[in-house]
Amino acid sequence: MKGFKVINPGMLSLIQDAGRYGFHRMGITTGGPFDSYSFTWANQLCENQDSAACLEILAGGLVLESQIKTQVAITGADVPIKINDNQVEGWCTQTVVPGDRISIGYATAGCRAYFAVVGGIQSPLIFGSASTVVREGLGGLHKNGQPLQQGDILPCHTKQIANMHSIPEQHRLIFNTDVTEVRMVLGYQYTQFSASQLDQFFSAEYTISPQSDRMGYRLKGPAIKPPNSEMLSEGICLGAVQLPADGQPIILLCDRQTIGGYPKLGSVLSLDIAKLAQLMPGRKLRFTPIDIDRAQNLLRQSTQ
Amino acid sequence: MSQNVPKITIAGENSAIVYFSERPCRKTSSIIAHTVSYLKNNLSTKLIDLVPSYHSLLVIYNPLKIDHLGIEKEILNAIGLWSLEIDTDKGRKIELPVYYSVESGPDLQRLADSAKLSVDQVISIHQQTEYNVYAMGFAPGFAYLGETDLRIAAPRLSTPRQRVPKGAVAIADRQTAIYPAQSPGGWNLIGLCPTAMFDPNQQPSTLLEVGDKVCFVAIDRQQFLQLGGSEQILAESGQ
Repeated sequence: MKGFKVINPGMLSLIQDAGRYGFHRMGITTGGPFDSYSFTWANQLCENQDSAACLEILAGGLVLESQIKTQVAITGADVPIKINDNQVEGWCTQTVVPGDRISIGYATAGCRAYFAVVGGIQSPLIFGSASTVVREGLGGLHKNGQPLQQGDILPCHTKQIANMHSIPEQHRLIFNTDVTEVRMVLGYQYTQFSASQLDQFFSAEYTISPQSDRMGYRLKGPAIKPPNSEMLSEGICLGAVQLPADGQPIILLCDRQTIGGYPKLGSVLSLDIAKLAQLMPGRKLRFTPIDIDRAQNLLRQSTQ
Repeated sequence: MSQNVPKITIAGENSAIVYFSERPCRKTSSIIAHTVSYLKNNLSTKLIDLVPSYHSLLVIYNPLKIDHLGIEKEILNAIGLWSLEIDTDKGRKIELPVYYSVESGPDLQRLADSAKLSVDQVISIHQQTEYNVYAMGFAPGFAYLGETDLRIAAPRLSTPRQRVPKGAVAIADRQTAIYPAQSPGGWNLIGLCPTAMFDPNQQPSTLLEVGDKVCFVAIDRQQFLQLGGSEQILAESGQ
């Protein structure tokens, strides 16, 4: 099947669909788009189903050559985009014809861009998903967890949509250098942390460390003393904030391990995990508690 | 069951965690297995995933289809069926061959020395227990088996290995496991199992699941090779 030839895979480009669900009991994680907001818009621009497979491009440097006539869309981080020698806009549908070269340069703000094509990338499924989880060796074009390589062909249907779309300015990502507010649903062992440690956690600013990836974001800041009680390994949900013995929080993300034995304070709201995806190491964040009713209301509103 | 359990706690915007007992035991594992099948049958698309572990079950649901109060009610319904006698012997029993040796288990001699046992005694004690699969995690198909006899319990290595070979049989504290694929790891390696633990191209993909019972049976080098083990794995295992 024809589609797009990978001329340069860039720093790390991964095929991601909505993720791999229902296999946690085998120890298999979800994968899926880190910035689900930009991922969803990229698919909408191509009139795809929400779960269609896209590329998640870390930092940039990706060059593709189209073998078909179709439309594509690029969302997420601020990246310079060129089709052949022409600079084009992100957050809108673009037409490509055979021989066109799409170059995605390095991000000037944010760090993850999403590339969608009409009909979605026709990548094979393993455990119901095309999502690439490098650590598990699952997903991607060869089903073995390998990121995009030079010479790979992204198979796509030769399909076109009748209308071109553009996301209104107010819905596109806004990048600034402020401290990012991250909302967290209190949960798991939070009642075992002392009141003073909880106060400290919610008043402190944390810096994203360089040891951060799709598995987890390691933070640096004031240490939070975890409770002394011995813990058995238990299930970890998306966004869980764990406190190992050194007291430096780790936010567990899309490629997280399915079980773990460190105490946890709760879990970051998924709407804010999408924001984390665009924060480079060195950026600062602060946690705000949010109760479960409010969190679930926000989720319902976000899909309306 | 004490007053504090079962306890349902919020884990995140779409997740609740249920603690079934203070300590893991076979009865708890059976109750968790029953709860898993009840929730799977009754929640259909409201349910996203389930993570059973030692004494807990993480229930991940679709918050657009059921809210946290609704899921709590469903979990309580499942727990209500506890009045039924739970048969803890109902789980599958699986026998796994292990080539125990200093060649295939680079930590065997050290573990024996620090336990003041002979290598043969360690091998024999490891086979005497019928283990319970308490949890799956760390990597696809990695099963946490417990509990080992206290005499052969051993702490994790202070520096984990970069490469533990596929099939390595290992001990950490009172847990034992088989590495389903080559990976880094800090457990004490005592042998090699030629049986595949995880194969994404097979149905089912994992040999073990939570609630299964596992026994180990010693095999020799030749049997290891006949059952699918390779010289290459043996060579790697000594490193």
